[in-house]
Amino acid sequence: MADQTVDLTFSEDQLALRETLVDFLARECPTERVRSAEPLGFDLALWRQMEALGLPTIAVPEEMGGGGGTVLDLAIAAEEVGRCLAPVPFLDAAVANNLVAELALGDAEGPSLRLAEQTVAGSRLAAPALRSSAHGTARLVPAGAVADVVLVLDGDDLVAVEGGVSPGSPAAPTPNLGSLPMADRRVDGEGRTVLCSGKSAVEAHRRAVDQWQLLMAAALVGLGARALEIGVDYVQQRRAFGVVIANFQTIQHRLADTATAVDGARLLAYEAAWAADQGLSSAPALARMTLVFAAETAFKSASDSLHFHGGYGYTLEYDIQLFFRRAKAWPLIFGDPARLYRDVADALLTAEVA
Amino acid sequence: MDFSTPDDLAEHRDAAKTWVRDNVRSEWAEEQYRTGTHETLELHALLARSGVLGAGWDKEYGGSDTDPGLAKAIIDEIRGLGIAGDGWATTNMVIRTIHHVGTEEQKRTLIPAALRGEILIALGYSEPDSGSDVAAAKTAAFRDGDEWVINGQKMFTSSAQVCTHVFVLARTNPSVPKHRGLTMFLVPTDAAGFERQPIYTLGGQQTNATFYTDIRVPDSARIGDVDEGWGVMRVALVFERGGAARGSSTHTLSEAVAQWARGTRGEDGSVLFEDPSTKERLGRIAVDEEVARLLGLRVRWMSECGELPGVEGSMAKLFNSESALRHYSDVVDFLGDSGTLQPGAIDAPMGGKIEAGLRAAQVGTIYGGSSEIQREIIAERRLGLPRVRPNG
Repeated sequence: MADQTVDLTFSEDQLALRETLVDFLARECPTERVRSAEPLGFDLALWRQMEALGLPTIAVPEEMGGGGGTVLDLAIAAEEVGRCLAPVPFLDAAVANNLVAELALGDAEGPSLRLAEQTVAGSRLAAPALRSSAHGTARLVPAGAVADVVLVLDGDDLVAVEGGVSPGSPAAPTPNLGSLPMADRRVDGEGRTVLCSGKSAVEAHRRAVDQWQLLMAAALVGLGARALEIGVDYVQQRRAFGVVIANFQTIQHRLADTATAVDGARLLAYEAAWAADQGLSSAPALARMTLVFAAETAFKSASDSLHFHGGYGYTLEYDIQLFFRRAKAWPLIFGDPARLYRDVADALLTAEVA
Repeated sequence: MDFSTPDDLAEHRDAAKTWVRDNVRSEWAEEQYRTGTHETLELHALLARSGVLGAGWDKEYGGSDTDPGLAKAIIDEIRGLGIAGDGWATTNMVIRTIHHVGTEEQKRTLIPAALRGEILIALGYSEPDSGSDVAAAKTAAFRDGDEWVINGQKMFTSSAQVCTHVFVLARTNPSVPKHRGLTMFLVPTDAAGFERQPIYTLGGQQTNATFYTDIRVPDSARIGDVDEGWGVMRVALVFERGGAARGSSTHTLSEAVAQWARGTRGEDGSVLFEDPSTKERLGRIAVDEEVARLLGLRVRWMSECGELPGVEGSMAKLFNSESALRHYSDVVDFLGDSGTLQPGAIDAPMGGKIEAGLRAAQVGTIYGGSSEIQREIIAERRLGLPRVRPNG
């Protein structure tokens, strides 16, 4: 098809979305705000502002009251949220809103539609548990300390569970490396509603996990890119042996490797988002690929930039430690990356090659 | 955004396959591997006669009526058989450069001659004492009436054993900063005073040292203005980068190894692919391959948009070559002792292609601009870090 060819530019609308977010987050989310939200990792006022901008419902269909946008739009937002380490459950809410809206559109049975109306309106915060429940508990749900409702795959039921917490009255923080509002949630108690069951439940949950993976990757691209900028700025100020340390080749070359990897990770993240929007069969594998690559890139970026700060890098006063901790912690919600690499091989390389 | 890469040559693939089946002999691949000469003159003459080389060029410069899409598909098909055309690759870069900077007379004689297959041009940039620092070239040319007299030595003059000319970077003014006193010449390899010594390399390719002793060439052999050779070479480098950028999905290493591992059992009798460590290795390779493809795709896309992919070309080259070296090293480890078996050895896994690939991959991080040079370009032009290598 002559009209189908590579185009690596964003649309006008996408550029406008990015610009809005960049302005908003530069104004509202300096690193002081990231710090003051620790250890819980949640800033209610910032979250309410982001809801008012319609960010958690960008990709919810218009007939459900959302913005009717694409996964690619969400990836743009996730990159900017990751770039400034915004202490808000943006990815979780966006994925959960898409999931419940999809269920509500699919069958107008009561519970999904009611839940969708509440979450899209912002009166309740829903978030996914990415792993299936075990022994009646969803372990370490990433927004589990603040979400009114957690969506859990429990056996082959997709259930919405309440847990007596909400954004206004969060659970006590679970101390963790990435200052994420993680918490275990019971799935076998009161306030449990089955949204759907069987194959459709498993598949709906898998789609949500795929989407979360690629949005997390986009967030890590933003994080890695910002950590690189911090490193580049610092080495141009710091002097040693009579010169600015940016003159040292070892430093330049490591930063150049990171810049290359960040560009690669960004291309991969947007390819994965594009593939998801196109409904391509390669989309799930691309989501895992982009997550593992963005995770390694973000960690290397943050770790190297911290290292180039010398001793100041490991003081808590300097911001780079905020990036270092999250770069490692965020993607580990999916467990050991080695398993994800195996999944990539299974998805890509199992079919016979002609 | 749109990442789809449709095969814009799809309509030509069948015709190209037929053409190649009828005209190309598969033993040329073995011959190239055995001799290290990655150009087959018999094939080159055939491509010229068939109008494949001239496809897409203006008639006034010797262009042919052959459909450029078909020509490209034929070349793809030939490369897919493992038959290289390195002499044509460098020739193509040089005639494109001549098209940009040459005189009308040069364009009307040299380009048609190249498209008829009568001339092949090797690159004479590197010297024994200058590789990455190519502008430090010492080979000298001085004017004597209407002629230039050239003296010096070049290294890594690849394909010179089959070429009629060398595109020589020479110093014409030693009293100005090194980038400003350089001029490009097209030197015939049958000129009095030209000598060549073969050099054999780890990757299997034969290259050459070439020697220039009081070689006289007319002023018409000068390509571009006097002392403007650095700018001429940069034009050629853009064509080199453009040619190197693939961005298309090819049969990848991860796929090849996976296919082999699915059909091979280990000492304990289990299928190698089913071992979790195999999958982890191959998953890592597949991810890097996709990143390399995307970085290359970006270069190709920028070129198509008329932009100059400077830093982006460096990123693609750096990531592609560095990751390929990691991958081949890792796959040889994975194969263990049998990974050391060379093409031709009995029971060499995948025909010894991994062993040969490792040797070629080590060359890739050096050839065409070392990784260190690429990193410096990225550090300076993308990150705005200070230039640290001496200007000289």
